[in-house]
This record gives sequence, structure tokens and C-alpha cells, in this order.
Amino acid sequence: MYYDKNIFIKVQLKRKQNVNKRKTFASLMYRQLFVSFWKIGAFTIGGGYVMIPLMEREVVDRRKWLTREEFMDYLSLSQAMPGVFAVNMATCLGRRLGGFRGVVCAIAGNILMPIVLILLLAVFFRYFRDNEVVEHIFMGIRPAVVALIAAPVFRLAQSAKVSWSNCWIPVVAALLIWIWGVSPVWVILAAMAGGLVYGKVKGDVAPKNKEAR
Amino acid sequence: MILLRLFWIFLKIGIFTFGGGYSMIALIQNEVVEKQGWMTAQEFTDILAISQMTPGPVGINTATYAGYTAVVNAGLPAWQGVAGSLIASFAVILLPVIAMTLVYNYLSKHRDNPVINSMFRVLRITVVGLIAAAALLLLGEESFGVPGFNKQFVISVLLFVGAFYLSWRHKTSPIILILACGFVGWIAYSF
Repeated sequence: MYYDKNIFIKVQLKRKQNVNKRKTFASLMYRQLFVSFWKIGAFTIGGGYVMIPLMEREVVDRRKWLTREEFMDYLSLSQAMPGVFAVNMATCLGRRLGGFRGVVCAIAGNILMPIVLILLLAVFFRYFRDNEVVEHIFMGIRPAVVALIAAPVFRLAQSAKVSWSNCWIPVVAALLIWIWGVSPVWVILAAMAGGLVYGKVKGDVAPKNKEAR
Repeated sequence: MILLRLFWIFLKIGIFTFGGGYSMIALIQNEVVEKQGWMTAQEFTDILAISQMTPGPVGINTATYAGYTAVVNAGLPAWQGVAGSLIASFAVILLPVIAMTLVYNYLSKHRDNPVINSMFRVLRITVVGLIAAAALLLLGEESFGVPGFNKQFVISVLLFVGAFYLSWRHKTSPIILILACGFVGWIAYSF
């Protein structure tokens, strides 16, 4: 598809002369935000982190909305904040590009297709659940799902910089939830409090988390 | 009534999810399976499998599907299930989006604040344990069959080890692994 990368500068210049043009600019921007995030949401399987390369290509290379450094900054901010990573990213970029309406457009685009697809599956899967073949297929899938959740633990441990001196933290967290049935909410709150106290006591010992990805 | 509870619980899940969809799985499992008893562990595992195979963020997919299943399991009609799934996915993103917009300016200015950095560092470390707990809680008879030298258990353990190795060492795509294991299950149990 042909795309003029200078269109925003051109339209912005015209905007000063013509109020009507402002509406064109705004709706174009929101439409593009929606379409970009619709693509990011509808064509990636496997969750938020799989979306990063596609997002980078769409937002940095194709639309040229951000520089690569800005993109990396938003990336680490979205990872640090609570919530679904992809939606956080959409919030960041929507906010940056189009204010509140931008946020709504980006998020709506991002989750529209997934929600529609899941709803269709949820409604119709109930009728197939008791089918013998479907049951056999899912007997094979269930152990794989457990493995798929267990496998990222070690990869994440590396990127979160888990070492011999602090590996007791995730071990205790896992045991609390697994053996004693403590709610993860309390574990998260305790970790936040611990981190804040540690930072207050130790000062700037904590390393900068620029490369955390 | 269940719709209100759904909203409140997924609101809570949303704001306490740090570190992406996989840590959200631990929270959803804790609330929906253990505390509220809205579905069995087996149903939850099936939801996870389908959420990972469909496009979109895993957290949103799981919330949407779990919301629907919880309402329909409570004996309510399907259209209320659709409402439940929309409520669950809306609730799960509501507070994070507000928080994100609020700290957008603040945190981009104060990125090098040592106290905040230290908090996020400890959180990232803790989330590793959270995800491990989600996997440990799913290691049960619902996913593997009765332990012992029987057909289902042996096949399940083999599939688990194979999928774990491929995903960990070779980063094989989840959809390929799930499809392959489903195929193996169909062949092994049907004939």
C-alpha cells in the first residue's frame, strides 16, 4: 500500500490555515492508530511479548511515530506497570499520539479481534467438549499447556537477574502460593513493600533496568 | 449478581498483574478455580490452551474466556455469558490503563529514582515465583491422569517433558506445540 510518510507534517501545516482540515487530520490519525493496533492484535499468537517485533515494525519503521529509543523506553515502562503488556503498550502509544481518544482507539483496535474470536470459540466449544475425539485431543494438550507455562520460568529468571543471593524470593513466593494457598495478591504487595524498603535503605545500589526486556 | 462479582474480581486481577499474561494466569487460577470455585482445574487448563492458540494478548483471551465460562457454569443463559466475558476483559484492563496514563508523565521523568527502580526489580524477581506456582498448581490428575504405570500418565509425562524441552531450549512456537500434542493425543488415545 502506498503511504506518504510526510503526511502528518503536510496536514499539520494545512491545519493552521483551515479548521476543517483539522478534523481530517484527527480522524486520519485515530483511524491509523486503530488499524495499526488491530493488525498487532489480530495477527500475533502467543501473547504480548510475541507482539514486540510486529509493534516495532509497525510503529517505528512503517508509521514512523516514534524513534527506536522512545519505543524501548515505552517498552520497559509497559513491562514495569501492572496489567496486560500489550494493552499497556497501546495505552502508552495512544496517549502519546492522540490523548485520551488515542488511548481508546489503540486499545479497542488491539483487543477487538481477540475478544470476538474467543467469544465465538467459547460459545461453540461447549458443544464439542463431550465429543470423544475432542476429549482425546485435549488429553494430549493439557500436559503441554503445563509445560508451556513452566518453560518461561527459567528464561524470565535470567532476564529478571535472579542470582544465588536472591533466588529465595521466587522460591518462597512459589511455595507460599502452591503449598499454603496464599493469594498472589499478598505476595505482590509484600514484594512491593520489600523493594521499597530495600531501595530506601540501600539507596542507589539497585542497578538501572535499561536493558530489561 | 455473578456479573458484579466478576467485575470486582477481574478488577483486582488486573491491577495485581505484574510481568504480563503468565503471571495473570496465577491470579486468575487462584480466584476463579480455588477461591470462587467457578470452574474445575481441567476446564481452566482447556481455557489456557485455547487462549494460547488464538491471536491476541493471552491475558485478555484468558479473562474473556474465563468470564464466559464462569457465568455459563453458574447456569445462566449464553447471552449473559457474553456479557460476563465483556465485563471480565473490560475490568481487567480498566485500572492498569488508568494507572498507566497517570504515571506516564511522572515515571518518564523519574526513571532513575532508586527506590522505584528497586521496587520494580524485586517485583520482577517475585513474578518468576508466581509463574512457577501457576505451573505447579496445574501439575495434577486433571492434566496428567492418575499417577502410576498406566497409558495416560506415561503419555502425559512424555508429552510434558518433550514440550518443556522444545519450548525452553528451542523456543518452539506454542501453537505448533499445542497442535502437535493434540495430534499425538488423538492418535494415542483413539486407536
